[in-house]
Amino acid sequence: MVRFILSRVGQTLAVLFTVSVIIFALMRMIPGDPVLMRLGDDFTQEAYTRLRHELGFDRSIVTQYLIWIRSVLAGDLGDSFLNQERVSTLVLDAFVPTLTLVVASVIVGILIAVPSGIVAAIRKDSAWDYGSMGFAIFVYSMPAFWKGIILIWIFSVYLGWFPAMGYVAPWADLSQSLWRLVLPAVTLGTFFSGLVARIIRSSLLEVLDQDYVKAARARGVRRAALVYKHALANALIPVVTVIGLQFGTLLGGAVLTETVFAIPGMGRLSVSAILNRDYSVVQGTILVGVFAVVVVNLLVDLLYAFLNPRIRVA
Amino acid sequence: MAEPLSADDRPLTAGDPGAGAAGAEVPAAARGGLRRGWRRFRRNPGAVFGLAVFLVIVAMAVLAPVLAPYDPIAQGVGKPFERPSTAHWAGTDSFGRDIMSRIIYGARVALVVGIVAVLLAMIIGVTLGLISGYYGGIVDTVIMRIMDGLFAFPIIILAIAMMAVMGFGVRNVIVAVAVGFIAPFARVTRGDVLAVKEEPYIEAARLAGVGSLAIIFRHVLPNVLAPIIVQGALRVSGAIITESGLSFLGLGPPPPTPAWGRMIAEGQSFIVMAPHVSTIPGIALMLAIVALNLLGDGVRDTLDPRMRR
Amino acid sequence: MIGSDPVLDVRKLIVEFSSEDGPVRAVDEVSFQVRRGEIVGLVGESGAGKSLTSEALLGLIRRPPGRVAGEVWFGGRDLLTLDEAALSRIRGKDIAMIFQNPTASLNPVFRVGDQMLEAMSLHLPEPRRVLRERVIETLGRVGISSPRARARDYPHQFSGGMAQRVMIGMGISCVPSLLIADEPTTALDVTIQAQVLALIRRLARELGVAVLLVSHDLGIISQMCHRVLVMYAGRVVEDATVGALFRAPAHPYTRGLIECLPRLEGDGRLGAIGGMMPGLRSLPPGCRFHPRCPVAEPRCRVDAPLLRSIAADREVACHLAETS
Repeated sequence: MVRFILSRVGQTLAVLFTVSVIIFALMRMIPGDPVLMRLGDDFTQEAYTRLRHELGFDRSIVTQYLIWIRSVLAGDLGDSFLNQERVSTLVLDAFVPTLTLVVASVIVGILIAVPSGIVAAIRKDSAWDYGSMGFAIFVYSMPAFWKGIILIWIFSVYLGWFPAMGYVAPWADLSQSLWRLVLPAVTLGTFFSGLVARIIRSSLLEVLDQDYVKAARARGVRRAALVYKHALANALIPVVTVIGLQFGTLLGGAVLTETVFAIPGMGRLSVSAILNRDYSVVQGTILVGVFAVVVVNLLVDLLYAFLNPRIRVA
Repeated sequence: MAEPLSADDRPLTAGDPGAGAAGAEVPAAARGGLRRGWRRFRRNPGAVFGLAVFLVIVAMAVLAPVLAPYDPIAQGVGKPFERPSTAHWAGTDSFGRDIMSRIIYGARVALVVGIVAVLLAMIIGVTLGLISGYYGGIVDTVIMRIMDGLFAFPIIILAIAMMAVMGFGVRNVIVAVAVGFIAPFARVTRGDVLAVKEEPYIEAARLAGVGSLAIIFRHVLPNVLAPIIVQGALRVSGAIITESGLSFLGLGPPPPTPAWGRMIAEGQSFIVMAPHVSTIPGIALMLAIVALNLLGDGVRDTLDPRMRR
Repeated sequence: MIGSDPVLDVRKLIVEFSSEDGPVRAVDEVSFQVRRGEIVGLVGESGAGKSLTSEALLGLIRRPPGRVAGEVWFGGRDLLTLDEAALSRIRGKDIAMIFQNPTASLNPVFRVGDQMLEAMSLHLPEPRRVLRERVIETLGRVGISSPRARARDYPHQFSGGMAQRVMIGMGISCVPSLLIADEPTTALDVTIQAQVLALIRRLARELGVAVLLVSHDLGIISQMCHRVLVMYAGRVVEDATVGALFRAPAHPYTRGLIECLPRLEGDGRLGAIGGMMPGLRSLPPGCRFHPRCPVAEPRCRVDAPLLRSIAADREVACHLAETS
């Protein structure tokens, strides 16, 4: 177990390093001279050379990377070109709503996917099976942003049950927050459930075929206990990993969903930053976003190691 | 040759090593198997539906100038926000443009981006996977580390980053989307190459003095092709979703080029008075995605059980 | 020592599956009995239908797609007519079953002791506290050292032999009258094999448990069993006591099987039966064995021989056995 943890942490660090290099490289590839941009109208050859030296652009690319990564790790992501605010503040302020949305969506998704996946597996090839899997494919194929608009149309405009836009932090006002989160969480959550339901179904079907289920049945274990205790305990473990893997996709989906529901998250921040050519902000959001995905993957892997006795008690 | 039904409860699955794992048999199976594969594919109603819709979309894209009743970017061919009618099957948008025509032309963007991006990603990714898997060692480690890094990016976010770097335009959208799919192809290919690499006929070829490149492309590649094609078919829908997401955010092909995602975005503000502006392009997009998903699943179910896995 | 009334009485058991070419019979009218304290062997090549037969007894075959017919009399009831609830009361209590791959027969995410406790508390009335102690006691009785500590271990920490002992322990913990052992030692080393087989033999001899031993290994059959049934392509082709079978095998297939056993004396050549057992979808007409039979006659190709008694306690399904 310890060896597993160490190797996974090592892997994560390697990936984080690669990611940072990729982001650094991408940002350097943006056309235009950042020094020139900063000087703007105050351009003189002297000021240019001085600023270039100050910002470190006259050093080798590797040194530039090291300088950059050092400030990143210290928490300094630069300043926004637009309003001179610290990028780290902007990004973290935007990250919280996004994360809230993702968590809420995961909860909604699991609440839908687990029962439907189990029913589909138990009643394989029945109407239940085709129905719930068909529904899963249906919601999974609906583009998240369009689904959001449709949901707004039906539930907000037509029925008036939920607000169409806006975001309130859960710790500020829980009921308001939840009320506003329902539609966006359902939008993203149903997409997530479409994916997870199919996986639960196939995982459960595979487990039900295993020798230990047959042996347990031969010992007299009843049907209900066979499925809900013996089979599910095994079937859900790989699902945990899948959920973790989907965090990245969910983050991507959140970016789109936020735009529909006017949630002030990473999506809105990064898109407006691109349109305004505020590249420090773009870099900051992407950096934080991807780092979050990688860290979540690591946590999920560790959770898997804990749940799976074969790894936990080597 | 009908496989004997084993008296055990479980029928012989394709996981059985006897079921055609030897690569030397595979090309022959692929040749004669094409007709058999098609017959098997035909039995899957979802896949057939998917194929049918896909062909319709292709027809729309190719024959757009002929099919579209109006010029997609011409404003004012109808009054703004007209409901769907016989004159305008999908109504008109805020500029009075015919939505049906825009949907038909939008198919072009979707298909071109979807297919070309996936092909591009496939070519790059498969090559990287072949090299990485076959040569192993430090080359493998470096390539795979980079792929791990790429893989960590959610595709939309990577595409957004690429757009920031490259600017807008259809060509850039294609590249941005393609970059996100390189890593999956590389990984899948590498995994299969690692398995095939140990097969005796590869060893035989090497001993016979066949050069590495020839081995890779003439012996290894055909045997890993099937899962790659399956991956490709499955990813096209993802590529189209990504592209429509980008155009929804305003980062796709610039106006006035019709793109389904952007059309949906434009209609959001008018959802109350003219829901058709957002809804109908969305239906088109969803149909395309469902069809492609079903098609991809169908391709996978057809190809998978007969080759390894 | 061996009772006279059968504990298990199987009459014309049929297991059928539907396939694209119509229904296929994997077990075709198999009949046999097992008496108290008797070890009956079911032998044949892979795919002959032995495992399916044993699984059908406890209703473990999934139907659909399978279909089971015939009668399985146990404890005064036909097991095939019972519903799942009634069957689950019998399983693990009156009839115990152990399988080929012992480590795969245990749920990997639960501790071994907990699994045994679950099996016991399903069938025994005592409180869990008491049963917990009995679990440890049973583990000790089947030869697992430090049973208290081992009960807290997970299946992957057990070797094949140890796991099979655990399975046997679970099987006998409720004192069943019948033990079905489906290839119990196939996955084990030879030395461990001997220990597990000895354990089973003790169960029959000391506790009077009736045992149905399924195996493809004639050597094990000869060591363990009182009676043997030879199965081929879903049918029983010979039914005799072990002594009679090995002394004078009546069916050509049985003769072939015995010749395949490596022996210390003789000219050192290994026998073989040419060809393969036919797939159930492509069964030959007449006697199912005739394509591989060294003494087949023309009528064997046309007429399927029925299982007939050729001596006391001896049945064979072969045209030629009758005449000899």
